[in-house]
Amino acid sequence: MFKDFSTRQVLFFFIVWWLVWLGIEWYIVKFYGVTVTLSLVDTAVHIALLLSTSIGIYNTIRFYRPTRGNLLYIRIWALLHSWLITALHGWILSQIDPLHNVFVEQAWPIRYVFSFIMISISITGTTLFFYMVDEQEKEARKDDAEKIARETELIQLRQQLQPHFLFNSLNSISALAGSKPEQARMMIQQLSDFLRGTLRKDEQQLISLKDELLHLGLYLEIEKVRFGHRLVTHIDMGTECEQATIPYLLLQPIVENAIKFGLYDTTGEVVIQIQSRCSDQGLTISVTNPFDAETAQPRTGTGFGLSSVQRRLHLLYSRTDLLQTHSANNQFITTIHIPQAS
Amino acid sequence: MKVIIIDDEPLARSIVAEYLQSFPDMEIVQECGDGFEGMKAIAQHQPDLIFLDVQMPKINGFEMLELIDEPPAVIFTTAFDEFAMRAFEAHAVDYLLKPFSKDRFDKAIEKWNRQKATAQQTQALLEDVQTQQEEQHRIVVKTGSSIRIIPIQEVLYFEAYDDYVKIHTKDGYFLKKKTMQHFENTLDPKLFVRVHRSFIIQVAEITKIDSADEVLLKSGKRVPLSRTGYGKLKAVLGI
Repeated sequence: MFKDFSTRQVLFFFIVWWLVWLGIEWYIVKFYGVTVTLSLVDTAVHIALLLSTSIGIYNTIRFYRPTRGNLLYIRIWALLHSWLITALHGWILSQIDPLHNVFVEQAWPIRYVFSFIMISISITGTTLFFYMVDEQEKEARKDDAEKIARETELIQLRQQLQPHFLFNSLNSISALAGSKPEQARMMIQQLSDFLRGTLRKDEQQLISLKDELLHLGLYLEIEKVRFGHRLVTHIDMGTECEQATIPYLLLQPIVENAIKFGLYDTTGEVVIQIQSRCSDQGLTISVTNPFDAETAQPRTGTGFGLSSVQRRLHLLYSRTDLLQTHSANNQFITTIHIPQAS
Repeated sequence: MKVIIIDDEPLARSIVAEYLQSFPDMEIVQECGDGFEGMKAIAQHQPDLIFLDVQMPKINGFEMLELIDEPPAVIFTTAFDEFAMRAFEAHAVDYLLKPFSKDRFDKAIEKWNRQKATAQQTQALLEDVQTQQEEQHRIVVKTGSSIRIIPIQEVLYFEAYDDYVKIHTKDGYFLKKKTMQHFENTLDPKLFVRVHRSFIIQVAEITKIDSADEVLLKSGKRVPLSRTGYGKLKAVLGI
């Protein structure tokens, strides 16, 4: 419940606070010539009464926060209660040692003022304490709400699937079912495995690069059936990248974008290169596709595929420089950088 | 009867070919993998019917049709395209949603045999698709035997020219058989303004508005302003 101070810390402070005042009051009472034992009993009774009052205040404020409107009542209550404590203290001590009464009566006004101050401090302190607790809870709720919204958005971004891909794949299966039923069956299998992968809902955001490439492989196999010999892919994973991790399903939309861009912009064979390199700075993956600068459809911004990747990286790493694109010699290169936890 | 299948996916072409086997009078004269090839094949064979995919490399199915003076009857095959589907329905041109069954395919052929969509219908469909699909990002023109794709931001201004529109770029102008109205409707009104009955200019190209009846472009060209054109320009520029 408490983010900044634990219950134990609060209790410790509470005990020390009252022990200190016990010490001070004891010293003062002794100073006026009361015996060690009697002065200790006198002080202890007074502090015990104040302490039980402050516990009562704590338990009340826990459920009913004072407002500006009942400030006056609180003051009156504090005055009355201080009087009650002082009176009760006098009565108790008269039962213990009637001879001590003279001192008690002389000290009465001071005791009264002291009780009033301590009760006021208790009320103010407890109110402030609960105000802070409230604030922290509000903050925590806000954090929680933000976290949930972020998670939902991440899941949605991850699951965005191009309807074109799905319907065209089904159309390919339909074509294969007549002439090559074995291949049709295989493609159904690959498509199912791929879809199952995209539907994963677990919290685990990072998977190994190897697994991500395995899943990407399913996707590429399907695309190769669709586009026949036009689509060629080269995947080059540096051996040093075995341990690298990557946000789940991050690579697929980038490659999908590259394939679409490559296939729709050129008419010959399309070679898509996927390279990964690892260093102390993290994992870097580049996806290269050919394009025709003359006829390329003008691309405004990064296109949907890449903007969702950009957004995911921003949500996960709070950085906007992790995705970069550039083109050279009729090659379009998309580079992502994934920081690795050391 | 001569049929051409245009689709960038070989398997998608093969299923159309397979379904066509039950229509012995239909002869597939060519299969094409993109719009360029399709255009050439149509010019060469003059087919009675084409099966046309919408999403294809280089130029899409609609852009290809736009470049053909008298487009043949078309049955569109498409995976998913909200805007286009509405247009297909509005103009009674048949379309097959991938994946489609043999029954659905047969119905499409039957429908085509019955009513044979006319060139005008196809033309109207193209207009409709273009106005429904957001604003235009590029213009496809034919120059001689080659095709040129002009990104919209490279157009300096449009000029009416009889039945054609002259599309002026820094590399000279290109002709397209369209109306000024067509461009006025499909271009982003914040970027292009029709300043005169015969002129649509790119707002970013303006250097100076000398008077209420003339505007100077960066290229040095002086374009006449009509009174309503001046009003529209003022609204866009916020002056």
